[in-house]
Amino acid sequence: MSLSTLKVNDFVVRFANVNGSGSASANFLFTKAIFRMGIFVTPKNIFPSNIQGLPTWYEVRISEKGYLGRREGIDLMVCVNPQSMASDVAAVKPGGYFLYDSSKNLHDQYIRDDIHYIAIPLMEMCNNAFTDPRQRQLFKNIIYVGALSALFGIEFKMLEDLLAEQFKGKEKLIPANIKALNLGIEWVHQNHIYPLDIRVERRDLIGDRIMIDGNAACGLGALYAGASVAAWYPITPSTSVIEAFASFSDSYRVDPVTGKKNVAIVQAEDELSAIGMVIGANWNGARSFTSTSGPGLSLMNEFLGLAYFAEVPAVLIDVQRTGPSTGMPTRTQQSDILLAAYASHGDTKHVLVFPATPKECFELTADAFDLADELQTPVILMTDLDLGMNDHISEPLKWDDERAYKKGKVLDAEALEKIDKFGRYLDIDGDGIVYRTYPATHPSKGSFFTRGSSRDEYARYTEDSAAYKRNVDRLTKKWNIAKNMVPLPQLYQDKNASSIGILFFGTSTFSAEEAMDILRDQGLVVDAIRLRAFPFSQTVLDFIDVHERVFVIEQNRDAQMKSLLTIELQIDPKKLIPVLNYDGMPITADTILNTMKESTFVLSKFKKIA
Amino acid sequence: MSFIRPKFRHPELPKNALGYTVDYYEGALSTLCAGCGHDSIGAGVVQACFEMNIEPHRLAKLSGIGCSSKTPNYFLSNSHGFNSVHGRMPSVATGANLANRDLIYLGVSGDGDTASIGMGQFVHVIRRNINMIYIVMNNGCYGLTKGQDSATSDNGSKNKTGVMNVYESIDLASLAIELGATFVAQSFSGDKAQLIPLIKAGMQHPGFAFINVISPCVTFNNNVGSTKSYDYVRQHIEATSTVDFVPEMTEITTTYKSGVTQKIGMHDGSSIQLHKIAQDWDPLDRQSAMNAVKLSKKNNEILTGLLFMDPDAKDLHQLLQTTEKPLNSLSQSLLCPGSEMLKQINEDFR
Repeated sequence: MSLSTLKVNDFVVRFANVNGSGSASANFLFTKAIFRMGIFVTPKNIFPSNIQGLPTWYEVRISEKGYLGRREGIDLMVCVNPQSMASDVAAVKPGGYFLYDSSKNLHDQYIRDDIHYIAIPLMEMCNNAFTDPRQRQLFKNIIYVGALSALFGIEFKMLEDLLAEQFKGKEKLIPANIKALNLGIEWVHQNHIYPLDIRVERRDLIGDRIMIDGNAACGLGALYAGASVAAWYPITPSTSVIEAFASFSDSYRVDPVTGKKNVAIVQAEDELSAIGMVIGANWNGARSFTSTSGPGLSLMNEFLGLAYFAEVPAVLIDVQRTGPSTGMPTRTQQSDILLAAYASHGDTKHVLVFPATPKECFELTADAFDLADELQTPVILMTDLDLGMNDHISEPLKWDDERAYKKGKVLDAEALEKIDKFGRYLDIDGDGIVYRTYPATHPSKGSFFTRGSSRDEYARYTEDSAAYKRNVDRLTKKWNIAKNMVPLPQLYQDKNASSIGILFFGTSTFSAEEAMDILRDQGLVVDAIRLRAFPFSQTVLDFIDVHERVFVIEQNRDAQMKSLLTIELQIDPKKLIPVLNYDGMPITADTILNTMKESTFVLSKFKKIA
Repeated sequence: MSFIRPKFRHPELPKNALGYTVDYYEGALSTLCAGCGHDSIGAGVVQACFEMNIEPHRLAKLSGIGCSSKTPNYFLSNSHGFNSVHGRMPSVATGANLANRDLIYLGVSGDGDTASIGMGQFVHVIRRNINMIYIVMNNGCYGLTKGQDSATSDNGSKNKTGVMNVYESIDLASLAIELGATFVAQSFSGDKAQLIPLIKAGMQHPGFAFINVISPCVTFNNNVGSTKSYDYVRQHIEATSTVDFVPEMTEITTTYKSGVTQKIGMHDGSSIQLHKIAQDWDPLDRQSAMNAVKLSKKNNEILTGLLFMDPDAKDLHQLLQTTEKPLNSLSQSLLCPGSEMLKQINEDFR
């Protein structure tokens, strides 16, 4: 082993498992142990739309530099699934490792001379050590985690602690797990050189960060924002948003005296009904939300048009997956952008927010409720499967106790007493945002008729062209006000230093940041902006204006964000160069850099750092 | 439509217990065709609310799309109204009800809105037993789009142009009974004496109260050969009973004098008093209600009155065990666990 091949805290491990074989908790144990050693680690679950039997992979990137995006190239493959062995062998980088269950001989076709093989008789060891068939199945996974801990130098105490936490209250299950771990460790000690030239070493890089998936953070955001009605229809990858909300509600929304719940969660018969319930509840003054994915958002279009036009708040969490149609339900994309931005017929536009981290999933979900109430319109949080269902290292979630819910312009009985005649759609403040009332506020004042048909300032049905136009023009005015209310974009520089800019949002962020780092190491500088909301603020337009070319990094085929920017900001489309990733896997820095380098015109324009 | 409604009211109009006269319960001028059955049902709602001493602002009226769904604009102008999208009123009503369990929810729909585009939501709102009254103004045709057959149009019924419907009809009342609705009634827009007590009882019922009201379309479906015309309905109507709704009965008892009178006590102290006409029918027995409806259909009769009721059923709030307070009234301090708790939650993810 030469020092040049030694890679400390910088490699990718992929686990090839059979879906439903209990590998998830073993693989998580591996990831969490490295996290507990103070090292950045990013797991990606690459799973099938299946309950049991199909191949599933779990990919873990370990990064000393703190890169949280996916990286191509497998340094070590753990293969316990014969179904996918051919592609798993092929996926290993030259010089990398292929760890497999050698209870059965490896077929000649899987032998490559440029990789190392680690042959562990997992099944055999399991069968000798355990008698219970279920244990024999499950502990195969724990044995390889034990072996990896020896091969990589993962501290045993971390694994021990995690098992103790996992089986709190079921302590009698711990010894068998420890036994399985030790089987793997002892096998390595007796049969292999350890640690490998790819290994982990304890660091103190994590600080107070947490490891959480985006969907749980969204569920918590809704809890903290005071959502009291949730309606939903099960759909991958959004289901765990509501599951998290329900689980946190069990802890924090049950009256200690009566045992009654301060929340109502309804599984609707379809997404149409789910969004209908959300609109009904918001209309009646309770904060309410739904979570869904592309196919559900398609179904919700009709109601979104109603909520936009009738000005009823609603919060939607769209955990995007690979479309169109059913597409690849368990793969990621950022491909609902245009659908969400212009959902429903007629002239409609919707406020979108784009979280990039679990912390932002929490914060922007909470912000979405304020925005929806203040603007009296649907707000859609655009997350995706990668962020939603994979664990991410994140800054801890924070809540300011001084923060008061912004319920917007709602008149109470006292306020109604003071006005002569209530006009639901009367633009009193000149900002396009009108006053609303909840049902049952006042015996004789404040009632009005909510409808998706045209109405005048007093909510009376009208087919008068002038009244219709006044109303939709007011909605435009409100839309323009929203530009200054939505979360601001993030600029990566105080002062622009390049004629080239890159623009990204959501889960393209980690890999975009990594690409910038790599460029900087090569002496190339680009300016960068991260979008956090639609409508776009002036900052976005200014950024594009001052750069000669802007690479727009996104995860869909049709460059949807580029289209949206072009349409909304009246930008010459040639100015925006698409960087696209749409195969269903999270985008990598390599994809970004390769696309940028293919753009030879632009490359010549790169300003070198002096 | 009638263009002028006289503003004159008798100076000594009777007042209800709240001091309101009946006109306080009226709404905007109807734009439906003169003689439309729907306006009679709207008038029934007005009368029922007046007699029940309901504070109009404590009632929310919701509807879908269609002639029937326009009617909430024509009654109870002091109530909030929500004219939602076609066939989707049940979900909006469900959300509204979850947000504030203290109000009365009146859903108005039509046969197109319920039996066709809204069938999915209709069957599920029944399953969830939302505490609301759901009135279908059933005329067997699509009025607003000029008279196409609807899914409740009877097989063999002729439309205005003489074309016979060849499809089986959907019988909403028997469907509701079958699906487990906890209050099912059927009536006729031309029979206020029966309709008003049914509306009252439905509003008082602590769960999903469904009333299917045959409401002839005078413009498109009132011709000879139609089974939803005024003449046909009047000739074929049969009643299970005459109905009286008694608001605050002092004792909750169910007395049943065989073949004559049945009182159904409700938990709030009110009762429904039925003077029975139909034989072999027990309004508290789902199976016998189903039999009675099916039998009448076989005999080409339209069975009206209260068909079935389960006064003990749990509504959605009880099923979900939500707090007694309206969810929309909960304060931030109750809803938000606060920063200290979030620190603990963060700890669980380290």
